[in-house]
Amino acid sequence: MTMFLATPPRQAERNQIRVATAAASSAVLMLMFGMLATWLKFRDASPLRASTRGAKMLRDWLPADIKIPEVATNTMLATLVIACVIAQWAAYASRRDDSAHTSLALAIVAMLGVAAINAQVAIYLQMQLVLRDGAYQTMFYAVTGSMLALLASGVVYSVVALFRSFAGRTSDHHVVSAHAMYWYVLTAAFTAMWFIVYVQK
Amino acid sequence: MRGAFLWLVGVVATAVALGIERVNSGSYILGSDSIVQLFAFVRTGLAVLVMAPLFVGLSIAIVPQQVGAQTIAFARLALFGFYSWLIGASAVIYSIVGNGGPSGGNATMVDAYLLGVALAVFGLFIGAICVATTVVASRSASFPIAQVPVYAWSALVGSIGLIVTLPVHLGSIIYVAVDHQFGRLAFGGNNGIDKWLGDLFVAPQILIFAIPVLGVIAELASINGRMRSQLRNAAYLGVGVMSTALLGAVTRTQHYFEFTGSLGDKLVSVLPFALFTLLPLLGILIVLGVSLLTFKSNTPSLHAPLVPALLGVVMVLTGMLGNAVQMIASANLSGTVFGEGVSVYIGYGMVLVAIGAIAHWGSELNGKSLPNSIVVAIGLVGFMATILAALPYYIAGFAGQAADSVSDFDYAGPHALWNAASSAGHALMIVVVIAFTLAVLKPTKTVGAN
Repeated sequence: MTMFLATPPRQAERNQIRVATAAASSAVLMLMFGMLATWLKFRDASPLRASTRGAKMLRDWLPADIKIPEVATNTMLATLVIACVIAQWAAYASRRDDSAHTSLALAIVAMLGVAAINAQVAIYLQMQLVLRDGAYQTMFYAVTGSMLALLASGVVYSVVALFRSFAGRTSDHHVVSAHAMYWYVLTAAFTAMWFIVYVQK
Repeated sequence: MRGAFLWLVGVVATAVALGIERVNSGSYILGSDSIVQLFAFVRTGLAVLVMAPLFVGLSIAIVPQQVGAQTIAFARLALFGFYSWLIGASAVIYSIVGNGGPSGGNATMVDAYLLGVALAVFGLFIGAICVATTVVASRSASFPIAQVPVYAWSALVGSIGLIVTLPVHLGSIIYVAVDHQFGRLAFGGNNGIDKWLGDLFVAPQILIFAIPVLGVIAELASINGRMRSQLRNAAYLGVGVMSTALLGAVTRTQHYFEFTGSLGDKLVSVLPFALFTLLPLLGILIVLGVSLLTFKSNTPSLHAPLVPALLGVVMVLTGMLGNAVQMIASANLSGTVFGEGVSVYIGYGMVLVAIGAIAHWGSELNGKSLPNSIVVAIGLVGFMATILAALPYYIAGFAGQAADSVSDFDYAGPHALWNAASSAGHALMIVVVIAFTLAVLKPTKTVGAN
């Protein structure tokens, strides 16, 4: 007699990691946009003062003696844009089952993430802000520190994907493409922060 | 869910104590220094320790079965979220006991409170991600997204609401925590916590927590009507319409309706009021209407879990109506106990719906079912407890009784009666929760047993 097992229900495509990463990415954007909205609210509520040249009136938000190191901030932005390109390269290589290039690209993304974190630390060192000195300083460290933590989470994501790639999971397309999406979102969040905190000041 | 019921007893017991304190408005039984913190504990506890985890937990237990998934997506992550919430909830209670919380005198405990709220919110957020992922990506191929059970749909919508709104509050917690730890120059230190985090514990945020109640009532009504709901799409729509509450939760704004000035002024006032406050109300009305219509074509039989669930949804609806009324500027309800009534109606209403849901799905969760008479009795007593606890606050709110205060009421009227009645309602709710917990722990019938 031939025995048949009951046919299990067909599962939807196993793309949980992409859905979960999309949800986490939404949360990242909401976190940073929420914090930036509060930042703008405080800046808008600050009084007006004459600029150092006296030509125009400025919001008295960024203390006059504080200079934003624009080279470091712009470098940080460029680093993250490059990280996105490399993350997409990893996704492309993964789709082609090219394990060597996938691993190489993921390793580079992780290194670029560390470089971005290093740039943020350099910004802290150059600005020499003291957190207790005022509202601007408090909010500056809160918002940039949150971004720093998010970048660290991106590096962790890259390292985990890298180890999976090293371990021979050549069909790990979902993870690598979700990883690329997360870096896109991190870059978008940082770009918004860069414009509001470092450019508009 | 069990954790949420455990914390609920503590929160309600505190509400009873505060109500008793309010009966005699000239004395402080609890100590005047702790009053603000205890009110904060009731608010925090009801929202973050009871309302939200009740339905995140229920969704984690029920949704995988509903959509044909083997288990919740990222089960270990969901467990991590639970422990994060549990540790956070414990830290909140520990910090309040140790003179922390909003306006707390112990700086370390205030930091512990902020950390606790952050951990609890993070845990809920993790749970929401797991639920949403399960519905979207782990369901059986036989379930197109447009045909999932209404509860699974409401769990998905509610989870997306949590995923979108909770990080905004988490950002505020980060700001306030950094400010409190260091300069205390921007956010008011311990005294600014309520101002910056208060939105997390009141409407419209708690309406996001309440979205899954619509799924519960639609499912139970569908079963009770002995028919597959012909109006399923309308129920989906109603759930979606209620999710518009996230507009207010994300922007953290409340739009008051002021019927003054020119026609243009009135339109400017009424449009955001309608969008932010009335639209979510329309959502619950749609689902309630759809649920009642399922009785139309068949003679319904009494499905016991429907009793607490239906009464609970009516209570949530009453709370949402109250929320709309307090947004009318000329009612002058801002800063009164009316807002507490809104939270109690919605919070206790959600508890009643959760009781109905657990009674209904209990057999699928642990193979045991509760006697119908007990479920109906608990539902009815819980309904009375909710009205008794919340309605006096509505009345006292119109009389002008200030919120977050237990003394020096200067309005004419029997304020001792209102506050005593409210305390009695809270005490009755403790009885309901304990009775239901005992009934669950000692079931009288096992499904499938001879």
